Amino acid sequence: MSVVELARPVETPRATPKGPRRRVTAWHRWLSPLALLVIWQIASATGLLPERLLAAPATIASTAVELTQAGTLPTAIGVSLQRVLIGFLVGGAAGILLALAAGLSRAGENAVDPIMQALRALPFFGLIPLFILWFGIGEEPKILLVALAVSFPLYLNTFSGIRGVDGKLAEVAKTLKLSRGQLIRHIVLPGALPQTLVGLRQALGVAWLALIVAEQVNATTGLGYMINDAREFLRTDVIVVGLLVYSALGLATDAIVRLLERRALAWRRGFLA
Amino acid sequence: MATRLSGVARAFGDRVVLDSLDLELRDGEFTALLGRSGSGKSTLLRALAGLDDEVTGAIDVTDSVAVAFQEPRLVPWKRLLANITLGLDAPADKAKAALAEVGLAERSDAWPLTLSGGEAQRASLARALVREPELLLLDEPFSALDALTRITIHQLVLELWARHRPAVLLVTHDVDEALLLADRVLVLDEGRIAHDISITAERPRHREDPALVTLRNTLLAALGVSPEGRS
Ligand SMILES: Nc1ncnc2c1ncn2[C@@H]1O[C@H](COP(=O)(O)OP(=O)(O)O)[C@@H](O)[C@H]1O
Ligand SMILES: [Mg+2]
Repeated sequence: MSVVELARPVETPRATPKGPRRRVTAWHRWLSPLALLVIWQIASATGLLPERLLAAPATIASTAVELTQAGTLPTAIGVSLQRVLIGFLVGGAAGILLALAAGLSRAGENAVDPIMQALRALPFFGLIPLFILWFGIGEEPKILLVALAVSFPLYLNTFSGIRGVDGKLAEVAKTLKLSRGQLIRHIVLPGALPQTLVGLRQALGVAWLALIVAEQVNATTGLGYMINDAREFLRTDVIVVGLLVYSALGLATDAIVRLLERRALAWRRGFLA
Repeated sequence: MATRLSGVARAFGDRVVLDSLDLELRDGEFTALLGRSGSGKSTLLRALAGLDDEVTGAIDVTDSVAVAFQEPRLVPWKRLLANITLGLDAPADKAKAALAEVGLAERSDAWPLTLSGGEAQRASLARALVREPELLLLDEPFSALDALTRITIHQLVLELWARHRPAVLLVTHDVDEALLLADRVLVLDEGRIAHDISITAERPRHREDPALVTLRNTLLAALGVSPEGRS
């Protein structure tokens, strides 16, 4: 079949088993971070760690509460989330569509892949000056930077996922007389999905990173602006609150993808529903 | 419609695997294809299944072909029932009946990776049979099974064959398997059908049947093996 170029057969991937043993000892893992917090608080209280370098944990906590009550933090989070979300959707759609174009035919691969490989070599944070020249300092350059960052991991993983689909299953599809559309729908896309989900997690990681970088450079709203603004006034507590929110958001989106994985990859051993 | 091959040839580089091979498979007949490892059995079967674009010669074969491969090749992200119906317009009832025929009625919701080797192999048979093919191609589908499971599946295949009456081409390297199951045994050697032997013994057959013992020796000799060891 010249329809879809597939690799030679590969082993079925298996999930790593997660035993209940890990949960039993989980609370032990909280001990050392807690100790660190206590030491940090003591160091701050005794003046060993000056506030202009790093605020005390208690101060940071109360600042977080204040910023939330004043509405500054929720507004900043809303703005930043919106940037990531739009950038992610645009970049994700572009990455996956390009991967389908490249993965499903040789002609598509010849058209798309060389360009993607060349663009991938660009240090995309280095594009910020150009983006500012092209798009000014509004929302567009930030969203586009996120989109660009997101599109590559999704492109690369989906493309290799499609090419990695077991060639033996493509033969089965042929003996079952599946049409090209059915082959893509029932064999190729589900076969590429595990790798696409790996790409999705990588993409979310770089999406937040791209946002942080973009917001550092030029922003008048959002989390990055809040952090930058705090720097001017030596408010290390606000900076740390901003950083913590970034990581919490990153962890939350990662958890969503893992939930998605669990549902979408239930057919793998170890993920049995 | 009978299956006819004439002057069929296939080479991989310089290595000629099928060499102006002629063969006719008759409707409803159970044929076993024997041959040493690497003699081209799978190559021939793939040609019949339409999986080989580079084979040459006249291949006259019905459209209604189904294949069960050596590995079950179930689609891992489809539950068992969806595997059986894949590419079919047939109602789920028919697929359920096919699963029941191979003793997997209550596993229709299972993910393929949770099946044992024998179960997966039976499912693969059900997937082929539900298509009600005129020609059923089986490429060593029993070789990975343990001896007990293999006996059960042999029985099952004979029953299903008796009920649906497709022409069967069973590729195997096991002389006893061929003798127990087939109406006709072919030996592939040097790219051609070197021997074509009919087996008229009544089923169920027993290994010790004197007629089969004689045939076994003939076939082993044809495969270049004497019953006591290599000739
Ligand atoms: N795709 C291939 N490329 C190169 N050589 C092949 C290929 N498929 C089969 N062969 C060769 O053709 C010969 C016959 O293979 P095969 O039909 O699989 O043998 P059998 O099924 O009888 O064991 C072997 O020597 C094998 O190495
Ligand atoms: Mg073989």
